[in-house]
Order: sequence, then structure tokens, then C-alpha cells
Amino acid sequence: MVEPRIPRVVNSDTKPSNFCPGCGYGIILKTLGQVVDELEIAPRTVIGLDIGCNLLAWDYYNLDTIQTHHGRVTPTIAGYKRAQKESVAIGIAGDGGLYAIGLQSLLHTAHRDEAVTVIGVNNSIYAMTGGQSAPTTTYHEITDTTPGGEFTNKRAFLGPELLADVAEKGAYIARASVNNIPDMKAKMKKAIETQLAGHFALLEIVSYCPTNWRTDAKSTIEFAEKLSETYKSGVISG
Amino acid sequence: MKTLEKELLTGNEVVLRAALTAGADFFAGYPITPTTEILSGWAKAAAKDKKLEFIQMEDEIASGFAVIGALLAGKRAWTVTAGLGHVLMQDPLSLAESLRLPFVMYVGMRGGPSTGTVIYSQQELTLARYGGNGEGLRIVYAPSNLQELYELTQKAFNVAWKYRFPVIILGDGYLSKTLSTVDTTKNLPLEPAHPYFLNGKIKNLRNCYSREEELAEHLSFLFREYASVTKEIVESESYKTADAELVIFAWGTVGYAAKVAVANLRKEGVKVGLFRPITMRPFDSSNAIKAVSKAKKILVAESSAGHFGRIVRETLSGASDAEFMRLYKPAEGITVEDIMEKVSEVMHG
Repeated sequence: MVEPRIPRVVNSDTKPSNFCPGCGYGIILKTLGQVVDELEIAPRTVIGLDIGCNLLAWDYYNLDTIQTHHGRVTPTIAGYKRAQKESVAIGIAGDGGLYAIGLQSLLHTAHRDEAVTVIGVNNSIYAMTGGQSAPTTTYHEITDTTPGGEFTNKRAFLGPELLADVAEKGAYIARASVNNIPDMKAKMKKAIETQLAGHFALLEIVSYCPTNWRTDAKSTIEFAEKLSETYKSGVISG
Repeated sequence: MKTLEKELLTGNEVVLRAALTAGADFFAGYPITPTTEILSGWAKAAAKDKKLEFIQMEDEIASGFAVIGALLAGKRAWTVTAGLGHVLMQDPLSLAESLRLPFVMYVGMRGGPSTGTVIYSQQELTLARYGGNGEGLRIVYAPSNLQELYELTQKAFNVAWKYRFPVIILGDGYLSKTLSTVDTTKNLPLEPAHPYFLNGKIKNLRNCYSREEELAEHLSFLFREYASVTKEIVESESYKTADAELVIFAWGTVGYAAKVAVANLRKEGVKVGLFRPITMRPFDSSNAIKAVSKAKKILVAESSAGHFGRIVRETLSGASDAEFMRLYKPAEGITVEDIMEKVSEVMHG
């Protein structure tokens, strides 16, 4: 039997992690760990976390990490990177943290072309608080605060497309899905290489939340596939 | 070049100068009157000196979090704000309290509530002391004139890095805009700054706890630490209080006016004294109590409707039965004459 390859930067002492069974964060964090290993940047990598399910990753890695406040990971890592230019500063946040409460900072960090990498996890809801609607909730999607699909917005909230309008030429702005790990990994790598080249990068990842979606394994993958019809994988800028 | 012993500076220039001599090397901020000249002054300094980092952020919350990022990298990072910006700064300050980060911030109080005035008040005292969703584990300095503003701003950086609690220099619009001569030649040796991150030891910093007991343990650690450094930090001035039948309690700009008023009244033979806290938090309770040992009356003078008065009452509760009088002028200046007039009213009325 082949042992699953656990990245060197993953802290095995803190496993199993606290994420729900079937959560997409396990895939995202492990893949990010592989990328950090492969780029050999662990000694200079710092991870910032927002508030939301991502806060559970505070002791996931053998890397310096900080839990910030909801919506505040972007300015925190931007400040860190400006102060320590040799570092690799990566922020991880949910769709609410980035596109609702933290949008102002995300937009201006992109506009200033701060050399940081932001990984945004889009599961179309606020998962940590129990599945309320997020900016990314799709039209007529049922959530805790859109009962029966009421109160949803017609237009999807396309964060990367919005940012592409203010970002510099050298920036990298893309979207991936946990349904396609090789593509997601390649984009993570590019998002970090972009930072190393001195520019801003945002990678949005469509991810699973079976707990709040109330889906089984099969329908979780289908739910994510359906989300990707609205939130299409691709390179938006860069 | 010959160094001048005294220079003519505005309060905002004093704050900027003091921060630079205290080794500040990172500033993130957002413009707000009456402290904007510090932000623009830093921008001009950073444009010339590449060792100084500057980011004009999108708002005060982001400014505070950028400061936190830079503190983690070991920069002597700081910011300045006022009024509603001070309200927004409580979000990052709360994180700085939880993680014990040496966050330094100058506040130039302006009138409130709401946008209020851009001029002056002493209404941000409670916010500075206890803003945020926590327990006020920060240090708050209250300069009363520009010389003190220079010295306390410089001291703020050292105290922040030595004790690892956030420090607020709580000035006001009058101090920020006043022009005065200041001796900038006496400077403190620098307390070393160290990076929290990428220093050879992995750090996982969290502020979110799963269980009540975990947070309670963290809090009791913070309380113990705060209590253990209080004695080294706490400062106040008791002026002619030993035989004073009336003791004025005043702080900051009003404290300076009160001191002049006391000096004038003493010439007239009035037995009046002044207790002026220099640290608003921690508060020098024992010297406050000592100051009123002979007092029959206490007069609290402040440019708010009781932010400070409530602290005085709580501090002296059970320690003094002196009559409590007020000179409250919310968001308005209090002059030497105002205080002298009130004192003669209180003494003879």
C-alpha cells in the first residue's frame, strides 16, 4: 500500500484536524503544503488566517501563523510583507471574509499591488456560523438566511473578475476548484510565484461544505460542479 | 550643524519627531483631522529615507492590522488617529491586546459623538482605556503640554516593546495644533525590537479559543502580566496637595491649565492642589488617594461630561468623604480662568 504523501510543512502532531468530514479545507491546505514544500519556501513563509472555518488551520502547519479578525487577514499580511520583503506572505480567508466584510481591504491591496498571495475559499455560504448566505450565494440558493431561496441576489458575486479591474499588469488572479486538484495546485504555485515576482495574487477556490450544504459525498461533488458553472475555473488576469 | 536646544514645533510635529527618534520605522494610517499632519509628515520623511515604510491604507481598521503585520516582523510600527477613526482602531487593538503586541498609537481627541468637531475634546478617554471587546489591557499616556508630548511619545515605543502591551498616547486637537518650544535633545536609549515571526522558532498565534477555560487561562495570564508591570508604568503628578483643602483632578491639556490655576491661586493664599494622572491606564490610585488626605472638596475639571469623573469617584470611593464638585465642559476647552473662577465659587459658595 502506498502511504499518502503528507507535505513536510504539515504539522502531524495537530492531526486529525478540526475540519468537518468531507470539508474542502483538508484538500486545500494539504495542496498548499505541497506547493510550499516544492517551492522550498518554508523557512520564509508566513500564513495569515481570517475568521471563519479557516481559523481552524492556526496550528495546521509547521510554519508561523496568525489568526487575525474577520475580514482583516489581507491588511495584516500586506503589513507583514511590507515589513519583511524577503518573506512569502499567504492569507487564507473565506468568501464572506474576502468579499463582504473584507472587500475594501482586498480591493485596495490588489490596487496597491502588494506582493502577497490571498487564497479565497468559496463555498457559497458562511460555514462557521452555520450556513448563512454569503456574497457568493447563488440565485435562489437555500441557506440559513435565504429560506426557500428568498432574499438571494440575481447576479453572482465574481470577486476575481472585480479585482482584475483594479489590479496591476503583473498580478495573478484566478479561480480553481477542489474538484480539480492538479489545476488548483498549478494555480496555487503560480499565485505564490507571482508574489515572489513582486506582485499581488488572488486565487479563489470553489470548495465543499457538506455540513451546511447537507449533502452526501456524491452530491457534494455535484454541488461544487454546479457552483463552478457560476464560478468558472480559469485565469482572470495574469 | 549646530543642534538647537529648543525648537518651535506644533504638537503634530512633536509626535512625528518623537516617533522618529524612538526608532519608529513603519507607519500605516488613514487621514483624519486633527492628526493628518503626522501621516503626511511621515510620508514626506519616508519618501526621503527608504528605511521608513509607509502605507496609506483604505481605513483605520486596515491601518491597525497592517501595523500588526509589521509588528510581527519586528518593526517599530505605529499609527495615529482621532475620533471615529479611534473607534475603528479598537478592532486591531483588541487583537494586539490578546497577542500582547507592542502597538503604538497617538490619538488627537476631537469632539463627539459622531463626526462632532475636528477641534478638541476629552471624550475618548473611556474608549482609549477600555475600548474593544476585552479588559482594557493597554497603557494610556496623557501628555499635558508639548514637552511632555515629546517625552511620552518617545517613551511609548520603549514601554510597548519592553512590556508588550499596546500603548496609546492620548493627546487632543489642541495639543496637536499648538505651537510651542520643545527641547528635543534629550532622548531615551532604544528598547530593542524583535520579530515575532521567522525568528527560528515556529509560532502559531491564535486569538480564538474553543473552551471557556482555555480563554480564562489566557486572560488570567494577561492580568498577571499587566498587574506585574503596573508599578513600573504608572505615573502621576501631585502638585501642592499636601495641605490642600481643595484638590483639583484634571488630566491632559486641562491638567496643564489646572496647574497654572493652582499656582495662581496659591499666590492668593488659597489652599488648593492638583492631582494629574499621566498614565490614564493603569491608574495611579494610591497617589490619587494620598493627594486628597486633607481635602474637604474635590473638583473634577474635564472636557467631557464625566469620563474622568467616574474614574475619580471609583478610585476615591471609601477613601475620602470630600465633597465632589464638577467642572464639565464636554468638547469645549477649559481655561485657567475657568478653573480659577470655579475654585473661588466652590470655596466661597
